[in-house]
Amino acid sequence: MGFFKEFPLETQRITMPEDSNGDATPRRQLESGITLLKRYLIQDVIGVGGMGSVYRARDLHFPNVVKLVAVKEMINTAPDPLIRQTIVQNFEREANLLATLNHHSIPRIYDYFTEENRSYLVIEYIHGKDLEAIISGNDGFLTEEQVLTWGIELCEVLSFLHNHKPDPIIFRDMKPSNVMIDHNGEVKLVDFGIAKTFQFGQKGTMIGTEGYSPPEQYRGEATPLADLYALGATLHHALSRRDPRMEPPFSFEERPIRKINPGVTAEVDAVVTRSLQYNPEDRFQTAAEMKDALLAAAHKTGILSKVTTTISQANGIKPLWKFKCEDEIRSTPLYYQNTLFTGCYDNNLYAINAGNGEFLWKYPSEGGIVSKPVAFDDNIYFGSEDHRLHVVGARSGKVVWTYYTNGPVRSSVRIAEGHAFLGSDDKYLHAVNLNSGRAAWKFETSDPIRSTPFVANELVYVGNEIGDFLTIDFRGELKWRFRAKRAITSSPVIDKQLVLFSSLDGTLYALDHRNGFVVWRFRLGKGSISSPCVVDDIVFVGAADGFIYAVEARTSKELWRFRTDHQVTSSPAVYKDSLYCGSVDGYLYCLEYRTGRLRWKFGTEGQIIGSPLVYDDIVYVGSTDNQVYALLA
Amino acid sequence: MEFFRKLFGGQVVKEVDTATTAPLTDQQIQSILHGTKAQFDLQQLVAASGQSVGKQRELNEDSLLALTATLAGNSGSLPFGIYIVADGMGGHQFGEVASNVAIRIVAGHIIRKFQSYLFSIKPSPPDESLQEIMQTAVRDAQKIIQTEAPSSGTTLTAALVLGQQVTIAHVGDSRAYHIYPDGRVEVVTRDHSLVKRLEELGHISPAEAENYPHRNVLYRALGQGEILEADVFTVSFPQAGYLMLCSDGLWGVVADQDMLKIIREAPSLQRACQNLVEAANTAGGPDNISVIIAQMIG
Ligand SMILES: Nc1ncnc2c1ncn2[C@@H]1O[C@H](COP(=O)(O)OP(=O)(O)O)[C@@H](O)[C@H]1O
Ligand SMILES: [Mg+2]
Repeated sequence: MGFFKEFPLETQRITMPEDSNGDATPRRQLESGITLLKRYLIQDVIGVGGMGSVYRARDLHFPNVVKLVAVKEMINTAPDPLIRQTIVQNFEREANLLATLNHHSIPRIYDYFTEENRSYLVIEYIHGKDLEAIISGNDGFLTEEQVLTWGIELCEVLSFLHNHKPDPIIFRDMKPSNVMIDHNGEVKLVDFGIAKTFQFGQKGTMIGTEGYSPPEQYRGEATPLADLYALGATLHHALSRRDPRMEPPFSFEERPIRKINPGVTAEVDAVVTRSLQYNPEDRFQTAAEMKDALLAAAHKTGILSKVTTTISQANGIKPLWKFKCEDEIRSTPLYYQNTLFTGCYDNNLYAINAGNGEFLWKYPSEGGIVSKPVAFDDNIYFGSEDHRLHVVGARSGKVVWTYYTNGPVRSSVRIAEGHAFLGSDDKYLHAVNLNSGRAAWKFETSDPIRSTPFVANELVYVGNEIGDFLTIDFRGELKWRFRAKRAITSSPVIDKQLVLFSSLDGTLYALDHRNGFVVWRFRLGKGSISSPCVVDDIVFVGAADGFIYAVEARTSKELWRFRTDHQVTSSPAVYKDSLYCGSVDGYLYCLEYRTGRLRWKFGTEGQIIGSPLVYDDIVYVGSTDNQVYALLA
Repeated sequence: MEFFRKLFGGQVVKEVDTATTAPLTDQQIQSILHGTKAQFDLQQLVAASGQSVGKQRELNEDSLLALTATLAGNSGSLPFGIYIVADGMGGHQFGEVASNVAIRIVAGHIIRKFQSYLFSIKPSPPDESLQEIMQTAVRDAQKIIQTEAPSSGTTLTAALVLGQQVTIAHVGDSRAYHIYPDGRVEVVTRDHSLVKRLEELGHISPAEAENYPHRNVLYRALGQGEILEADVFTVSFPQAGYLMLCSDGLWGVVADQDMLKIIREAPSLQRACQNLVEAANTAGGPDNISVIIAQMIG
């Protein structure tokens, strides 16, 4: 929460001890088995907070039944005895007040006491979980119905507190970890502002929790309206799963709930948005008013009985043309001079008229083709499982030359500086002279190379199947090496200072391209062979967990992830403001690349393993249904 | 030609027919030769720093740490530096404890991670990524501040320079700048202050921000909050320019263009730092002042 860098001088003087001995009070937790007041047997720690811990304890005054209580400890760290005493007095006054509150959403206060520098509050034990644990313990979104029900109950208890006589009670710290849901599904408000009395010297500045508090509370004003803002923030967190403590304050507007969780209705979104207005005048003025708005939204949409539906999928999309080969297409096509080239598992390289899908020619290799063809100087270069690199005239479809390796070639070719660089299952990285068609050099590694080399800064970057990432200079000498935990099949890409690739070990790596230092690692749900693509400092990559990820290149923060229904081996392609990526679930997805929102998806009859290619407003993609599709981007 | 033969394993190069399809043009070979040579030139990171309690405070709650290492040999050299500025705050003497803990814990953590890389006969890089190292360093410091100096806090702007990259961990309103000789002064960190946030949101104008009554409220500080989200990111070292870290005792009172002018006109980095501190004191020295400037030479 807002934290003053300077304290008013008077406060400073009062709280400043003469010497600093013993100020850093040990804040050790109580061990289980300890009994407080000969009555409360500490069993376990159930929460840790700013001022101390919360324990589960057994009340020994009830010897025949197990009566559990929560014991909340507050450590008095004030060095000055006078201040310490004032704090204890405040604590006792507040405890007395809390003990008088009678509401089904507020746990009972049974007792309080102070021992040395620790004060304790004995509270009704709630069998259940706090909302923070519920949100983070759930993989998907909570249902809107669920969150709405809790929101309405929270409005009721806030209304009760705000209407307390003679003085309203401000909760001051509404947030998911202070809301518990008991085993009956009922809401309980824990953690009243009482603990804050222990934040000596900073009264009025430390209340509330960063992220959930409204602007005025950062300035030290706690009001009923501030509680409502924090409730809105709590609902926003519960519906969007975006923790506001991880974001700059007052940034809810930048994270519209429905953009993140399209399952939420516009009505509910509107209520939450209103409660999060910057100016208090623009928000709900009472908890009752906010409750009515939530109820109205629930009625209007019929939410309270309805099951949320997923995104509607526009599937009226028709391909411009499709072309059928004789076997599965597992590779990525190439566009060159109005011709689409694609390798196929039927051993052929096909040349198709990119405009209308008409067959032009095919060239037979003697093995399956899984690599992406490359064009250079009117020739098409591609590797085949027949161990060879084939060079074929782009127009004629006739062989120009071939180059033999000692294993199937699954890596695509990279052409740079008069050489073709490619990996092979024979474990070598080959540098082939384009003039002579012969090896300039070969670099031996310990495992097959299926990753496509990247050439930049007069270096060749490539991964292999044991997980080595190698950087080789133009003489064929190793410059630096990095070892991932499993295979690097993905092809590296360099963006600014970073070389990026994913690995079957489930990590997206960003290394300093000069020396191989790992600048950052990003955990994917599962292994990946998808090659990353970088646009606007955002790295996009797919993984076997079925997600397409967008990660910020500078910070390695996830911007969004999009779930498909099967592995994503395809590499994303970005064109204009869309991202295109295939999935083994058979669909080609078109997403808004900044938000990950689905624009459309197109179903093929097989799996999409290779990557889409976008050229001139047309997306081309192959599928294991043997077909190549051309779609309007 | 001799070199080229070595380069591409004895392949004989015939005539260079077109610039793109030839194995390598003379020009390209030159650039390779040149590039190779440059790599063996000693590239050096140098740094200087300055600090003052200011004119209006009795206590110095700022802490700074600057550590520059050069290890050069046959395998080349890699610039390595750790630069940290921390501006402590608290209701009593804990402010300076917090900033002192912050710089030591963070730097200690980084050094330990690079122990093998820097000081072993067979150097190995750290297991974690640079960003992870910075994250854990901050988390360590957070924990220790909470026990050593409860209810205090500190800003932290820590830069790890490794090669051409700078990985920064940042909390609070101290700043890192990139300053270029062509006159650009870029703040690369984002202040975690209420006033900056209100300005970002357009609720107050930059002019109003200058006189905002709650200028010193931070929404993130090391030692504060249950979960601390430090900004950690990696940027390139400013080419031909300077990396500068400072507390608000400097940037809050000396304008960007004045800082630029002072740095440009100073005969050395040390003098630049001294002159910056002096400028802040001349402007009233309302707060503690800390500054570090680093430069890449070669
Ligand atoms: N009465 C209770 N029964 C069961 N668990 C509780 C109870 N009170 C608090 N807790 C648990 O302990 C955590 C911390 O308690 P809280 O009162 O919020 O302390 P703090 O002031 O440290 O945040 C809560 O998030 C909740 O999980
Ligand atoms: Mg709490």
